[in-house]
Amino acid sequence: MCAFILEMRGITKQFPGVKALDNVNLKVREGEIHALCGENGAGKSTLMKVLSGVYPYGTYDGEILFKGEVCKFKDIKQSEQLGIVIIHQELALIPYLSIAENIFLGNERAKKGVINWNETFAQTKELLQKVGLDESPHTLVGQLGVGKQQLVEIAKALSKEVKLLILDEPTAALNEDDSENLLNLLLEFKKQGLSAIIISHKLNEIAKVADSITILRDGKTIETLDMKRDEVTEDRIIRGMVGRDLTNRYPTRTPKIGEVIFEVKNWTVHHPVYPERKVIDNVHLSIRRGEIVGIAGLMGAGRTELAMSIFGRSYGKKISGEIWKNGAKIDVSDVSKAIANGIAYVTEDRKGNGLILMEDIRKNITLSRLGKISNHFVVDENKEIIESERFRNQFKIKTPSVFQKAEALSGGNQQKVVLSKWIFAEPDILILDEPTRGIDVGAKYEIYTIIHQLANAGKGILMISSELPEILGMCDRIYVMSEGRITGEVVREEATQEKLMRLMTKTAIREGV
Amino acid sequence: MEAPMQKTVHQPSKRSTKDERLTFKQMIKSNMRSYSMVIALVLIMLLFQLLTGGILLRPLNITNLILQNSYILVLAVGMMLVIITGHIDLSVGSVAAFVGALAGILMVQHHVPVWMTVLICLVLGALIGAWQGFWVAYVKIPAFIVTLAGMLLFRGLTMVILEGQSIAPFPKTFQNISSGFLPDLFNGGSLHLFTLVVGLAISVLFIALEWRKRNGQKKYGFAVSPAPVFGIKMAVIVAVIMIFSYILATYEGIPTILVILAALIIAYSFVANRTVVGRHIYAIGGNEKAAQLSGIKTKRVTFWVFVNMGVLAALSGLIFAARLNAATPKAGNLFELDAIAACFIGGASAYGGVGTIGGAIIGGLVMGVMNNGMSLLGLGIDWQQAIKGLVLLAAVAFDIYNKNKAA
Repeated sequence: MCAFILEMRGITKQFPGVKALDNVNLKVREGEIHALCGENGAGKSTLMKVLSGVYPYGTYDGEILFKGEVCKFKDIKQSEQLGIVIIHQELALIPYLSIAENIFLGNERAKKGVINWNETFAQTKELLQKVGLDESPHTLVGQLGVGKQQLVEIAKALSKEVKLLILDEPTAALNEDDSENLLNLLLEFKKQGLSAIIISHKLNEIAKVADSITILRDGKTIETLDMKRDEVTEDRIIRGMVGRDLTNRYPTRTPKIGEVIFEVKNWTVHHPVYPERKVIDNVHLSIRRGEIVGIAGLMGAGRTELAMSIFGRSYGKKISGEIWKNGAKIDVSDVSKAIANGIAYVTEDRKGNGLILMEDIRKNITLSRLGKISNHFVVDENKEIIESERFRNQFKIKTPSVFQKAEALSGGNQQKVVLSKWIFAEPDILILDEPTRGIDVGAKYEIYTIIHQLANAGKGILMISSELPEILGMCDRIYVMSEGRITGEVVREEATQEKLMRLMTKTAIREGV
Repeated sequence: MEAPMQKTVHQPSKRSTKDERLTFKQMIKSNMRSYSMVIALVLIMLLFQLLTGGILLRPLNITNLILQNSYILVLAVGMMLVIITGHIDLSVGSVAAFVGALAGILMVQHHVPVWMTVLICLVLGALIGAWQGFWVAYVKIPAFIVTLAGMLLFRGLTMVILEGQSIAPFPKTFQNISSGFLPDLFNGGSLHLFTLVVGLAISVLFIALEWRKRNGQKKYGFAVSPAPVFGIKMAVIVAVIMIFSYILATYEGIPTILVILAALIIAYSFVANRTVVGRHIYAIGGNEKAAQLSGIKTKRVTFWVFVNMGVLAALSGLIFAARLNAATPKAGNLFELDAIAACFIGGASAYGGVGTIGGAIIGGLVMGVMNNGMSLLGLGIDWQQAIKGLVLLAAVAFDIYNKNKAA
């Protein structure tokens, strides 16, 4: 048996009113990749914060053994000294500093406070080679894509002589290629003896890289599975996470599709900063009543840009083209006109663009159509409470009351609030941009059910997603985008992952030849 | 498969009773800040009442307190809205001086009637606000820079149009804006009877409004505070109103300026809390991008918040000029900082999205009572400044400490 590099025994962490962790045990073997699974709110991040010293020794019960020695971390610095490095879901790089400056931030190659830049850049070069990132150490981090930024984070971790690397949702923001690349890199490091803990919702990735899996549910350890010995399937993991079988990950629905209600014609959009660059190039699309239409595409294909430019020209410059609804041309030149014409856009970035985190849930829900609960511009707060309570019950938003601030909710519940907000606006067309990004399997199913209800109520749904199984499982018809153009239209019956992937990479391949 | 399903069905009903207590606790928690500032204000008042040997709460001094602080409070009301949208206005002191100067020139040198002067001055304030709002909202220049420029610009223009001189005296009707009192309609002799009647009327109105609100909430089946708590709350507030009116009644009665102030406070609180525009202002400060994607015309709202600030700055300038009975180049000096300090002591967030009109008033009163109390004690202006600075820092530090504890 290999020795354990990390043992966490009987960890209990109490917050006022909630037991976030209840007697959790986690054992990680030397040189393995250990996956940590669980629904949002199961306690994964809390456990990692206990481990890295964000919650100092004394604020939790239980003990942590690293390489057989008991650790009592007072802060992150102490855990990093032992080689425990955590890379958070939201990247913590400074965009205006170079790669080298970021990597050695707080850990400068310096003597008596004077930085040795030659050493800094030389070491950065080495680290970048290790992670396979072909960029100059002088490049500003802000100029890199998310995938490359993630690699810089890993290089930064390596610079701290990491023994145990913790990755929190490392691929949540990455496209398929970059994710693949990152996972391969992890496997490469494993061969060199690095141990890692990976938190991920993407079960196929876990199946690919993990040696063992620990499943948390409601702050408790449910089980630890050995990928080699136990027969671990995705369904098996899901059962552990939600405590029940999810025989079908997508709810069933019999589409009742009517006439065309929404059309985009000759839609062309230019980049807001570089107006000579076309971001969306002559796009046509249509949505019928009760239909769920998907848009598939790689990152940078222009899906979000298309959606936001349609929604009141929230993105881009020099926009040309026409929007038709119910056979008539409509004016969507600003957001309020788009809303008045029955269009809603549920953003991919719920914290940045969707919610006012410091405000109550009820105020978030009613914001896009306050007129509905107002009398001569005076808000009827009693009506507001009733309306928002209705959504809380209907969508099972887990919160004690609608007076709770949006920031206190978990990702899945925040997403339900954003959906409530747009359903409250009573649109005919809903554009859903990555509606299930970063939320757990159980909440995903609930969101899918809500989307089905909306379609069944005769609304037209345009759904953007980076997860192909989700597109295949949910959509009646799929448009595929690549480099700002629609490269294909596929109906449900003919859609396969392979077919979509070919269309998604169409332009790139043609140009590559 | 059955068991977990049942659990989820049972939970809501079991939790609902706990919810109400939870929300009540949360209500206290979220209102902690405003309560704590009220308590701090009361303590500061008691402290100075003791230190000054009872001078602070004398009718004459209370009346003075109102007159002295009115122009800062007017600014603080407008400033709160600016700060909630996530901006700042450094120019209000200079704008107040500029408007005061114009009023002097119009009334004293050109004999324009008082009402027309006031109207012209308020319109000028609106134009100045529009000028600054244009740069902030539509050109996206940070408000700090736009209003810093405005501070220099309007201070300079004040000196230009006054040619470095003061203009005085103003007509009596104009002076009455800040030194007049409502007449006693009932001839109460030494006691200003009308004031007591007004106090009583306000008390009755207040109870009626609260009662209606409570019944409305009951009708919708919401949890309301238990009857005894409600009763005690009403009794305390009525007692405060009546004592306050009694104190005013034993001096000259209700100052005209108090009526203007009360109207502003009530109107702006209503706008901020209850109207669609108010919601939009908070939303912009909370998350401008999300507000914009919710169909809020963020630029237009920001623009109008600055126009409003301009009008209130003009009003403040008029009140100050009337009180001083002169238009001087130095008028309004450092007013902006007093108004900003009042907002932050009153619980505004420097990042926007948080703050109340009531908070701004409380904050302004904390500053005002300290000014007044320290002056009564004969403390020099030097020490007064230093202590006020520390109080501002302490209030905000307390706020941050509370927030961190809650997180």
